[in-house]
Amino acid sequence: MMCMRKLRSAFAAALLLGPCFFGSAQAQQEIKIGAIYPLTGAAASTGLEMRNALELAADMINNGAKGIDMPLAAGGGLPNLGNAKIRLIFADHQGNPQVGATEAERLIMQEKVVALLGCYFSNVTSTASQMAERYGVPFLNPESSSAKLTQRRFKWFFRTTPHDDLFVHNFYEFLKDIGAKKNLKPKRIALLNENTEWGVETTKIEEKLAGELGYNIVEKIIYPAKSTQLTSEVQRLKASKADLLMQSSYLGDAILSMKTYKEQGFAPSAILANDAGFSDTEFRRTLGKDANYVLSREVWAKDLTTQNPLIKQVNDLYAQKYKTDFNGNSARSFTGLFVLADAINRAGSTAPEAIRKALSETNIPGKHLIMPWEGVKFDATGQNTLGRGIIVQIQNGEFATVWPFDIATKDIIWPMPAWDKR
Amino acid sequence: MNGEILLQTLLSGILIGLVYALVAVGLSVIYGVMEIVNFAHGEFLMLGMYSSFWLFALFALDPLATLPLTLLLLFGLGALVYRFTIKRIVNAPMLSQIFVTFGLMILFRGGAQFFWKPDFRTVENSLVSGNVVINGLYFGIPHIVAALGAVVATGAVWWFINRTRLGAALEATAQDKEAAQLMGIPSHWIFALAWGLGAACAGVAGVLLSTFFPIFPEVGANFCLIAFVVVALGGFGNVTGALWAGIIVGVVEVLGGFWIGPEYKLAIVLTLFLAVILVRPQGLMGRAE
Repeated sequence: MMCMRKLRSAFAAALLLGPCFFGSAQAQQEIKIGAIYPLTGAAASTGLEMRNALELAADMINNGAKGIDMPLAAGGGLPNLGNAKIRLIFADHQGNPQVGATEAERLIMQEKVVALLGCYFSNVTSTASQMAERYGVPFLNPESSSAKLTQRRFKWFFRTTPHDDLFVHNFYEFLKDIGAKKNLKPKRIALLNENTEWGVETTKIEEKLAGELGYNIVEKIIYPAKSTQLTSEVQRLKASKADLLMQSSYLGDAILSMKTYKEQGFAPSAILANDAGFSDTEFRRTLGKDANYVLSREVWAKDLTTQNPLIKQVNDLYAQKYKTDFNGNSARSFTGLFVLADAINRAGSTAPEAIRKALSETNIPGKHLIMPWEGVKFDATGQNTLGRGIIVQIQNGEFATVWPFDIATKDIIWPMPAWDKR
Repeated sequence: MNGEILLQTLLSGILIGLVYALVAVGLSVIYGVMEIVNFAHGEFLMLGMYSSFWLFALFALDPLATLPLTLLLLFGLGALVYRFTIKRIVNAPMLSQIFVTFGLMILFRGGAQFFWKPDFRTVENSLVSGNVVINGLYFGIPHIVAALGAVVATGAVWWFINRTRLGAALEATAQDKEAAQLMGIPSHWIFALAWGLGAACAGVAGVLLSTFFPIFPEVGANFCLIAFVVVALGGFGNVTGALWAGIIVGVVEVLGGFWIGPEYKLAIVLTLFLAVILVRPQGLMGRAE
């Protein structure tokens, strides 16, 4: 018996190690990809959604998904590597940059992953990708938006999502577009941003771009986050006679500010919000019809499914499996794995340098993505240059995509009606 | 800046200032009687808000209707907190007292996050909602009701302390614990009363705020800092002082924020506070020692 067991384990070992000895062209090779996400802690529920999205993507690549017109979705793994299957190895960073770095190192050294994916939180992505840089392993980041990540000019770091600076650029492209096509031209812009790093950085870019593009900023307020009242801010906004308000706030402040606008009768032509608090389901639930007409930037919206059959097909698949729709986070994670798999397939090898080179040559057209992007193509810093945000508007309590116009599902309502005329 | 905006900011400042005053009165009563600074005071306010929210969400009872119930709940909680924690450290060094109330703050906050999740909640469509426009001046009805409620509650506390026998006992214990005890006033009961009263003030303020302010586990921190400033400005242990100081802080915050810049609104309040403390260390209406 003992002998048999030994024989069996030796046999199993030979099977496992086989591909290493016989080269990468062997059939049924496994491609190990490390995925570092917040699977416990405050962001655990978001982490689970992203994990589900990644597992769906891996399943589609390995086993195929009927009738979905996407490269690699035919099933049977990666054709250029002898139909090798993707195997995801998940690690939990708990929202902690230190843990993120340790887990990245473990995945690289012990699990011998060929590439890393993650980590949602910008600060964890930052430390984990440093490990990848040190060991020379490709790192693909699908969801972190801090502009600084790609300013580090890492050799092994690639990011598919647009970052915060690009989102602000989108604001002005949006303004240019509605000016040219709908003749809506805001003349007086006011900025209301909260005073943590995010709000302050956003203010700087907004001001800089307004100067370059010739928009008139009449009021700039950086308010203390979590204020007990926003009356002085709103009085200033009223006095500025602004017709467009650009705002960056987290949920509590977003709710309080909207209540104060209503109470003080402040109604510019439009409120253009920078995601965060305004995109939260709670924002709409709490304010009810008072949340209507707010414009916000987003990365993904469910109504895109009516514009692009591919988005609907994949969303249906996801919804069927996990009983919920995609959102901005899960859709971006899903896309990240496809981009990485595409590169590994083109590399035709699991050698790090080959994958890195293939990633830098990535060129995926928008029609093969479930994101509202023009495609995926990385620049020298590793940033995808074809990503873009969308602008959604709350209409009848639901988010409707109103820009870019080529994928819009509803017409923009501008100006928003005064509070007493609703 | 025209007269209309001046009047608008002034009146808005007074309205929120009255709520600050009520929060501060609770803090002041506790400090005045036992000279313990209660760092968990903002958490009493938070619990008051949650009590209002849950009674609304589960039983569809309006915050105004449940105000007396929340008042009793918080009074009881305050007294219990005294009985089981503060009582043991009445004569302990100040540092231990600070650590205990600080620990309570973390306990309440963590508890709220654990049981009720860190979500933001609001009371929707309460009886008090909407706004009124008088001569081009805008006022939120919830703000007006909150301010009126705060005035009534502060007045009630003042009346209780200055016009009742029990209030006199409170005052006597505040002035000299040993002497009061010799006169037959049981100081532990009086202390429990002070904690109950203090927590109830914060609880009532929480209910009044819940009609227009989002509710979340850390909401107390927003108001606690301001309450400390108000108490120190008005004079420790002085109800009338806290009322005036609350109004001053509210007006200075809103008016200063408008004039000088909203990013400095707290800085302006704190500068004023420092100035007053330098000139009158006992606060505006405090007794010099």
